[in-house]
Amino acid sequence: MRTFLVLFQKEFLQIRRNPFMPKLIIIFPIMIMLLMPLVMTMDVKNVNVAVVDLDRSTTSRRIASHIEASEYLTLATTTAEFPLAMQALEQGDVDVIVQIPDHFERDMISSTAKRISISANAVNATKGGMGMQYVVQTIARTLVELRGEKSPIEISELVTIENRYNPTLNYRHYMIPALMIILFILVCGFLPALSIVGEKEVGTIEQINVTPVSRLTFTLGKLSPYWLIGLFVLTVAMIVARLVYGLAPLGSVGLIYLGAALFILVISGFSLTIANFSETMQQSMFVMFFFIMLFMLMSGLLTPVDSMPLWAQHFTIILPPRYFIDILRSVYLKGTTLVDMWQNFAALGIFAIVFNTLATLTYKKQA
Amino acid sequence: MSEVVISVRELTKRFGDFTAVDSISFDVHRGEIFGFLGANGAGKTTAMRMLCGLSFPTSGSGTVAGYDVMHQGEEIKRHIGYMSQRFSLYNDLTVWENINLFAGIYGLSKSETKERAAELLERLNFASERNTIVGSLPLGWKQKLSFAIATIHRPEVVFLDEPTGGVDPMTRRQFWELIYEAAEGGTTIFVTTHYMDEAEYCSRVSIMVDGQVRALDTPAKLKQQFAAQSMDEVFRTLARGAKRAE
Repeated sequence: MRTFLVLFQKEFLQIRRNPFMPKLIIIFPIMIMLLMPLVMTMDVKNVNVAVVDLDRSTTSRRIASHIEASEYLTLATTTAEFPLAMQALEQGDVDVIVQIPDHFERDMISSTAKRISISANAVNATKGGMGMQYVVQTIARTLVELRGEKSPIEISELVTIENRYNPTLNYRHYMIPALMIILFILVCGFLPALSIVGEKEVGTIEQINVTPVSRLTFTLGKLSPYWLIGLFVLTVAMIVARLVYGLAPLGSVGLIYLGAALFILVISGFSLTIANFSETMQQSMFVMFFFIMLFMLMSGLLTPVDSMPLWAQHFTIILPPRYFIDILRSVYLKGTTLVDMWQNFAALGIFAIVFNTLATLTYKKQA
Repeated sequence: MSEVVISVRELTKRFGDFTAVDSISFDVHRGEIFGFLGANGAGKTTAMRMLCGLSFPTSGSGTVAGYDVMHQGEEIKRHIGYMSQRFSLYNDLTVWENINLFAGIYGLSKSETKERAAELLERLNFASERNTIVGSLPLGWKQKLSFAIATIHRPEVVFLDEPTGGVDPMTRRQFWELIYEAAEGGTTIFVTTHYMDEAEYCSRVSIMVDGQVRALDTPAKLKQQFAAQSMDEVFRTLARGAKRAE
């Protein structure tokens, strides 16, 4: 016990004495939580629309003004010349062109009416696709409105739409749990590996290896400070999410900490295993980066696992963050309880045991 | 002869086809200062690492403080001290924090640690440096501190791998006084060095060439055997025959 305590104390002292670490541990989560949700957004806004109005009727003007009024769309220009609008599209000033044919208003009720044509720049597929949809919706609403004025039934009342769990469809609320996990991976994944490989490079690990300290005690002494730091970082991140973005977990905070504790064990054990196989910092960093790319891009942090190809979906079974992101999002947005997602906790538990066993076994005191 | 503390028989270490240590055999007795000499690359450090339980022998056998080097590495570690070629205390911790760390690792209680630390700092004239960051100490001081920490748990044997490399003559002298003190207290000293004047201080000296022990005796007898004036001459006579490049 005393051995563990002196090792733990030594690790903490070293972190504190490091000119860079304490600052990193405090500033890093705050920066990430403040900045990233603002920029990491898939909400498409400021879609520039050009209206080619060949009809010049009340209806066409109404469509244009609705486009202008939309919070997602910006009316960039109204013109009667399609080539002009096309030119603007090519130059990138315009994302979507809406062409209203002549006599559109007059022929609207007849079956031979010419159609409104919409062309979008789909180089940025998300912006093109979403922009197109917004435009279609806006035009449809305008037409519904026009028709509503003529007949007593309002069509818009016939359909209701409700987004469950994230009622405002706020993309930030979807991203914040992912950012918390990225923080964990960086703090509890990178730092222990760097610390071990650092000791290898300086040679102090040899002085430790020639003492009777057990591998488990040394590993625990090495990791436990980072566990505490990880939980501290989580707390900071949760406070920022609450104060700045008004996002508080619907479910139990205890459940979040339980998941976090398991996930920290997983990722730090993983980090240690990599450190045991690395001789230099560069080597360990490159290997870590490889896995972190997989973790970030494939485990559903940024893009839903369900939209991946089937083989990739199967592959995500072995990526631990996949289970933790599920826990975080469910607890935060749906208020799910342990009974409904114990499988995720069990999976993290298994990973924790596997990686930490591996970390202890691959740490060789005698070669 | 007094009790045997280190006993080695045909100890061998191979890395691939390279035989770093080639079937060495010797005994070291309690309280001896055993000089382990050899040119760079002769296999001294590899041999020493095997005796400390840092490296598994490829073949042969040996015991240190009564424990088998092949199977009881961790038991050996409880009974030895080791000071490596590179300075390997924590540079970002203070003198006291380093002492406390290693005392704790060797299982000394808090009160024992305090007592021994006070005595150790006193002996080294270090009391005023108790809270100095180790990284800012001069090399000679660091080496003395390293030695003191390697013996804090009163081990039966201390292994010193070129402890005085790069240290000024004054400090070297002081360092050897520490070694003598420890040996008089019954600790066995196993030391490698490149300084032949230091070899003269040893009770017995072995000289390794190309992974093998080519000579082993007291400095006086070795000089006689090789008809040499000094250990320096003995060493050069033997080392000239080395085939292995550095």
